[in-house]
Amino acid sequence: MSVGTLPASVIPADPRGAWRHRMADRGIDRTLWLLLPAVIFVVALFVYPFLYGLSLSLTPGKGTTGIFGNYVKFFADPYYSSTIWLTLRLAIPATLFNTLAAVPFAYWMRGRFPGKRAVTTMLVVPITLGTVLTAEGLLNFLGNAGWLNRFLMLIHVINAPLKLTYNYWGVFLSLILSGFPFAFLLILSYTSGIDPTLERAASTLGASPWQRFMRITLPLLAPGLATTFSLAFVMAFSVFPSALMLGNPQGEEHVIAIAAYEQAYTYYNYNYSSAIAMVMGVVELLVIAAVQALRRTFYIGTTGGKG
Amino acid sequence: MTDTVAPAKQFGELRLDGVGRSFGEANALTDLSLTIKQGEFIALLGPSGCGKSTALNCLAGLLPLTHGSIWQDDKRIDMTRPEKRGFGMVFQNYALFPHMSVRRNVAFGLEMRKTPSAEIKQRVAEAIELVHLEDQADKLPGQLSGGQQQRVAIARAVVLHPPLVLMDEPLSNLDAKLRLEMRTQIRRLHQALDLTTVYVTHDQEEALSLADRLVVLRLGRVQQIGTPRELYSRPANAFVADFMGYRNLLKAQVTGIDGKRVIANVSGLEVHATGMSDLAVGDAIIVGVRPDDLKVMEPGATSDGLQVDGMVEVVEYQGREIVAEVRLPNRLTLTVRTDEDLRPGTRISIAAEADRTLAFADDNTVTRVPDLGVPAEAVAGGDS
Amino acid sequence: MSSVSVNDPAVDSVNRGRRTPRIVATPTQWIVWGGVIAFMIFLLGTVGSVLVNSFGSTWFDSWWPQGFTTQWYGQAWTQFDLSQVFMVTLEVTGAVLLISLLIGVPASYVLARKNFPGKGLLNLLFLMPIMVPPITYGIPLATALYRFGLAGNMSGVILANLVPSVPFVIMTMTPFVEQLDPSLENSARMCGAGTGTIFRRILMPLLVPGMLAAGILVLVRTVGMFELTFLTSGNSSQTIVVALFNSMNAAGIRAQQSVDAMAVMYMLMMLIILLVALKFVNPTQLVARVKEAPQD
Repeated sequence: MSVGTLPASVIPADPRGAWRHRMADRGIDRTLWLLLPAVIFVVALFVYPFLYGLSLSLTPGKGTTGIFGNYVKFFADPYYSSTIWLTLRLAIPATLFNTLAAVPFAYWMRGRFPGKRAVTTMLVVPITLGTVLTAEGLLNFLGNAGWLNRFLMLIHVINAPLKLTYNYWGVFLSLILSGFPFAFLLILSYTSGIDPTLERAASTLGASPWQRFMRITLPLLAPGLATTFSLAFVMAFSVFPSALMLGNPQGEEHVIAIAAYEQAYTYYNYNYSSAIAMVMGVVELLVIAAVQALRRTFYIGTTGGKG
Repeated sequence: MTDTVAPAKQFGELRLDGVGRSFGEANALTDLSLTIKQGEFIALLGPSGCGKSTALNCLAGLLPLTHGSIWQDDKRIDMTRPEKRGFGMVFQNYALFPHMSVRRNVAFGLEMRKTPSAEIKQRVAEAIELVHLEDQADKLPGQLSGGQQQRVAIARAVVLHPPLVLMDEPLSNLDAKLRLEMRTQIRRLHQALDLTTVYVTHDQEEALSLADRLVVLRLGRVQQIGTPRELYSRPANAFVADFMGYRNLLKAQVTGIDGKRVIANVSGLEVHATGMSDLAVGDAIIVGVRPDDLKVMEPGATSDGLQVDGMVEVVEYQGREIVAEVRLPNRLTLTVRTDEDLRPGTRISIAAEADRTLAFADDNTVTRVPDLGVPAEAVAGGDS
Repeated sequence: MSSVSVNDPAVDSVNRGRRTPRIVATPTQWIVWGGVIAFMIFLLGTVGSVLVNSFGSTWFDSWWPQGFTTQWYGQAWTQFDLSQVFMVTLEVTGAVLLISLLIGVPASYVLARKNFPGKGLLNLLFLMPIMVPPITYGIPLATALYRFGLAGNMSGVILANLVPSVPFVIMTMTPFVEQLDPSLENSARMCGAGTGTIFRRILMPLLVPGMLAAGILVLVRTVGMFELTFLTSGNSSQTIVVALFNSMNAAGIRAQQSVDAMAVMYMLMMLIILLVALKFVNPTQLVARVKEAPQD
């Protein structure tokens, strides 16, 4: 230090700077402005409508009284309260099938696999085409005079055409057709994300393929399975156009989405429809919470790779 | 080859005054004071987390200071934005722009300064020639090997003729052989271009071979500043000794002081050492000796520092020398480097001079790996 | 009976020595391939029956139509005012694409680089529109938009479709920005570049591939998005998938074949987009918010 200069502690650092540095250390600086449009967007178009809908649902509408009037009306009316069960009995089996069936497929197809790209491309097609087109196609394909019935009668598996449209089965099959690829691709990314050297290490320690699957892969897959089930369930539970087109929308396939829709667009009862939408959201949350709780009895941790 | 390259911009000295940087409660760097003369090669050395990269980034301006100041001659520069400081910087993972060719990477800094394009062309060509990458000049970084990318990064930094070049562990991603070769070339460039360089590394060998002066850091604080020779023979404390390759660091107690000499009890073995700080009788100390300072003696010969008989346990072949672990009667081990051909199981006498046996205060900065395969209670070496 | 699979490390090491890998089929593998084939049959049947019917003159109770014609396409075009519908689809998708990139890319830059108080909450907030199914938030959203007079027209449709698109851009771009070496910006700064120059010459060129991927994903999802558009569109602001649905359920005289013809046109459009998309993205990214595209 040269003679005549003040000790370092006395020389002030940039005065504005001190506060700015403290903020910057916590990550608050000018670049945060870049976030503003996205924040405004999500608040205005997602948070606000949700709150608005919530407040609507708690406001008595036509023929209801009291703050929970709409909800009381929903649960008192069997035609409406039954929608929960009707939708669940479609969504849960379909999701269970999709998730569980996807596991062996994704397990065998992890890593390098001849034709993998072709298979995944083919699986992506129904999701890309969407539920409306799938439903329309299934109406044709599964109809009494459609190709599936014709074929099954041709090979004498059945004598009379199976009724697969305008009922439970049509909707169920459409949920499989659009839900299975989703579950498969998601679980595939999880199985591929499991560090392959873990299985190799297990095999050097003497584990058979079955043991490796049960003791190494499955526990590591458990969080991914739970997530996949949750996401696939949520998609299936919100079934809408398929139920309208392939089911019996006034009867057995009067799903909760249809109930919410018709209250808003046919009866203009926005309070009631908002309440139904809230109920829908709550049921989804409850199922997801249950799945996550179940998952916690399994492995908690990382997959040892890209998780 | 190098006479056409313009000399680096000159300045008298670069001064760091009590430089510090804290993140909330955590102090990444505390009270670093250092004066760098033009043309010096300074190495910032220490284990990870010691604050060396923080110090470099503060010098660069990429991190603002929370304490202290930085001066270039009489001008205070720690408030200047990094893009205005004009220093060259070489990053650990090179940070080459992946979408630009080698040529355009090197030219980038000159373009920022709005240098006329004819001059850019010429200086870029010179810099590329300096690092011998003429054949790769139009390739993208992704097409180059690690060593080639490293050279591009260096060319990009020096083409600006900066008054100061900062290097953040530039060789740590290269394999051992390349690292050794590049080390020499970096020193060569530094001398040829008369650069001033601040170089961060965790490799003491690298620092010793490259630097004019070293700054050893631990947990954000300076432990010692000195020439390679000073740090090699006279480390200031146990941590620096440990870092500088004093593999024999033994816990001991001071039993007597004799002028500059400290008499210590190393688990029953009496040792005469040179005290490196103010020590008193009864102090807990660490006695440190370099493996190469331990000599294999003729039985019966004496030494004024440390002298002991032991049994050779493990031998590592290192070419012209071997490194041997010798188990002493008091169950401690000493690591010895010698050109004698020792075999495991041999009994030998080893000794070190008092001048080369150092005593440091024990401040709990030394960590050791335990002996694998030896039960803790086992008595080493057979017959006593 | 030891089961050997293609992915068994023991077989792998054996196979590495061979020129063509030996695939030993096990019962499980037969089931897997059986499942794939069954799925393929359903898919082809679904798509195929629509396709065939659109070209059939009449089709009563037989395997194949009685005759073939292309008249339905012309009919569908005029009957359903398809030129306008396609126009609307293009405009809506283009607007959603542009706005979601404009909003989403800067946001993902901040999320990738900075840690700030409330970041976790914000991440969750951005995740929700992707996790919650469109119909669940669509009904409250449409109700709110109608209240402000924004629904029943193009702006309503665009606003509604932005809701899942912006988070999608953010989800896709954030890991992309994260994998950009932060020291690139630092090294540009040390070379003398200011923030604007860094953005223009370093960040943007490197972000373009990510933006392409994100943009294509938004494109695919918006063209195929039914619920949100259905809830917020008016007569002159229907996208093709909504027009398709409406024509299915419309009362009045319309031939199923012309509806199928419209469906085929929609299908063609989607398949072309899908083919283009697959040149830039992995199939998985189309359906799931995967952090990284798994290596093929």
